[in-house]
Amino acid sequence: MAIKQLTVFVENRQGAVASITETLSAHNINIRALSIAETQDFGVLRLIVNDEEAAEKILKDDGYIIKITEVVGVKIGDAPGKLSSALKVLDESKINMEYLYAFMARTEKHAYVVIRVEDNDSAENALRSAGFKIVTDADIEKL
Amino acid sequence: MAQNYYQKEIETMPREEMKKLQSEKLVKQVKHVYENVPYYKKLMDEKGVTPDDIKSIDDLHKLPFLSKADLRDAYPYGLLAKPLDECVRIQSTSGTTGRRVVAFYTQHDIDLWEDCCARAIIATGSSNKDVCQVAYGYGLFTGGAGLNGGSHKVGCLTLPMSSGNTERQIQFMMDLNATILCCTPSYAAYLAESLKEQGYTPDKIPLKAGIFGAEPWTEEMRHGIEEALGIKAYDIYGLTETTGPGVAFECSEQTGMHVNEDHFYAEIIDPDTGEVLPEGSKGELVFTSLDKEAFPLLRYRTRDICVLTRKECSCGRTLVKMAKPMGRTDDMLIIRGVNVFPSQIETVLLNEGYQPNYQIVVDRVKNTDTFEVNVEMTPEKFTDKIGEIIAMEKSLANAMKTMLGINPTVHLVAPKAIARSEGKAVRVIDKRKLI
Repeated sequence: MAIKQLTVFVENRQGAVASITETLSAHNINIRALSIAETQDFGVLRLIVNDEEAAEKILKDDGYIIKITEVVGVKIGDAPGKLSSALKVLDESKINMEYLYAFMARTEKHAYVVIRVEDNDSAENALRSAGFKIVTDADIEKL
Repeated sequence: MAQNYYQKEIETMPREEMKKLQSEKLVKQVKHVYENVPYYKKLMDEKGVTPDDIKSIDDLHKLPFLSKADLRDAYPYGLLAKPLDECVRIQSTSGTTGRRVVAFYTQHDIDLWEDCCARAIIATGSSNKDVCQVAYGYGLFTGGAGLNGGSHKVGCLTLPMSSGNTERQIQFMMDLNATILCCTPSYAAYLAESLKEQGYTPDKIPLKAGIFGAEPWTEEMRHGIEEALGIKAYDIYGLTETTGPGVAFECSEQTGMHVNEDHFYAEIIDPDTGEVLPEGSKGELVFTSLDKEAFPLLRYRTRDICVLTRKECSCGRTLVKMAKPMGRTDDMLIIRGVNVFPSQIETVLLNEGYQPNYQIVVDRVKNTDTFEVNVEMTPEKFTDKIGEIIAMEKSLANAMKTMLGINPTVHLVAPKAIARSEGKAVRVIDKRKLI
C-alpha cells in the first residue's frame, strides 16, 4: 500500500536542486511533494512524483544517484491538532519515525503527510485502525 | 661568526681526500652488500657487475639502482646485510603495510646517524651549553630518535618532548629555557602562534635556533617562523631508507643543505634514463650508504627532484650541498609530515566497497596542513537516511586514518562531481604552494 518516494543525492552547490527539477519538468514529471535534508557537504532530496519509474530512469540517465524507498502516506484533516493525533498513534504503537514531511492538496480540504518508518505495514495498520486514510500511489496520481 | 664543527676534519675535508675516503668506503661496502644481500647480488649479476668492477667512487654509476618497489619486494629482511643479533634497532616510515619501510641499524649505524644529527645541531651555532627541545615524534618515526641522539652526542640537555601537547611544550620551553627547537616546520609555526596567543613576544622566548624538517616548507615560512620565535631556522633532510634526519643539514649560510657525504653519497640522475647528470643539473636525487652495516642501500632512488652544488660555502664546509627538494618524480604527498600516496586512498576505497573515484585536497590553513578526501557516492551505498550517510563518511575517514596514520575529512560527493581534466580525473589538488 505504501507510496514510492524517489531519493536523490545532491551536491551542496548552487543550482543543484534546480537542475533536477528542470530535468523532471522537461519530461513532464509532476512533483507532488518534496523535502530536502542537508549537511555541509551534500543534500538528500526526497520526492513524491506522479510517475516515479519514469522519473528514476530520467535522472539515472542524467547521472544522478537515485533510490526508491517505500514510505507511508496518510491523509489528515486540514485543521489544528490533526497531525498531532496521527503522530500520537504511531508513538503509542512504538513506531519510530526517521523523518516526515507534509503537503497540502490543491482542491480538497486535506493535508497529506509522508512518513518514513522501518516497518510500513505496522505503521499503516496502526493509523488505519485509528481511522486515518492511508494514501496509495494511485491516490497520488489523482492529485 | 666563529664556525663550529662537530667533526671538523670530515666537514672541511678537501675534495680529493673526501673522494679517496668515499672510494675506500664504497669498495668495502659493495663487497659487503654483494656477499650478504642476495637480493642486491642478483641485481648486480643481472647487470653484469661484480665487486671487482668497483674500484673507486667514479665507478658508482655501474651499480644498479634500488627503488621503493625493491624495498617492498624485499620486506622485511630481504635487504638486511647483517645477522639480526648484530642489529639493535628498527625505525619505520608511517603508512600502510604495502608501503611501509623497515630499516635496521647496528650500533655502528646508530652512531653514525647520531653523528650526522650532531653535525646539524652544531652547525646552528649550538653547543653542550644548549637545551634542545625535540618535538618530533618519537617511536618508529626517525625524527625524534635521530635528533635525540644527535643532541646527546653534542651534550645538550635534551628535552624528549615528542610531538603534540602544545601546552606542555610551551611550559617546558619557558621553564627550562630551551634554546634549540627540533620539529616539523608546520608545528614550529603552530607553536609560534600559540606562544603569541599566550602573550610571549620573541624577546621573551628563550629559543635561538630551530632545526626543522620532514616536510616541505618555503622561504616565506622560514622568515615567518624566524620572526615569530626570534630564532634562526635551519632545514634538515633525511629519509628512513638511508637512515633518517641528518642525511643533509643547513649551515649558517642557509642556502641549501650540506650532505654528510662521507656516509651518504649523493647523485643526481635523469629520472627517465637513469643517467648521472653533471653538478648543477636538476634531476632525481639518489643516495648510496657508504658505511652503514645493517641496511646499506646502494643507489637508492629517493624520487625527490633536486640540484647538487659544490660551490664554496662561507661556513667552510666542503660537503656537497643539496637544494631544498623541488618536487617528486612520483605522486607522493607529504601531509603533516606523513608520506601519503594516492594509491593508499584507492586501496581503502576498494576495501570499503566504493569505486576508486576520489580527489585529495590539501591546503595549509594557519600553518597546519588540511587534508580532505572527496569520494563519489555509489548507488549501492546510497540511502535516504542522512544519518547513515554521515556515518559512512566517518567510517571512511577512520579506515583512511588506520591506513595512513593521519586523519582526513571525508566528503561524499555526487558522481562525476570530481573535476576532470582532459577526461582524466584530477586525483590531487595541493593548494599549499610549497615549491
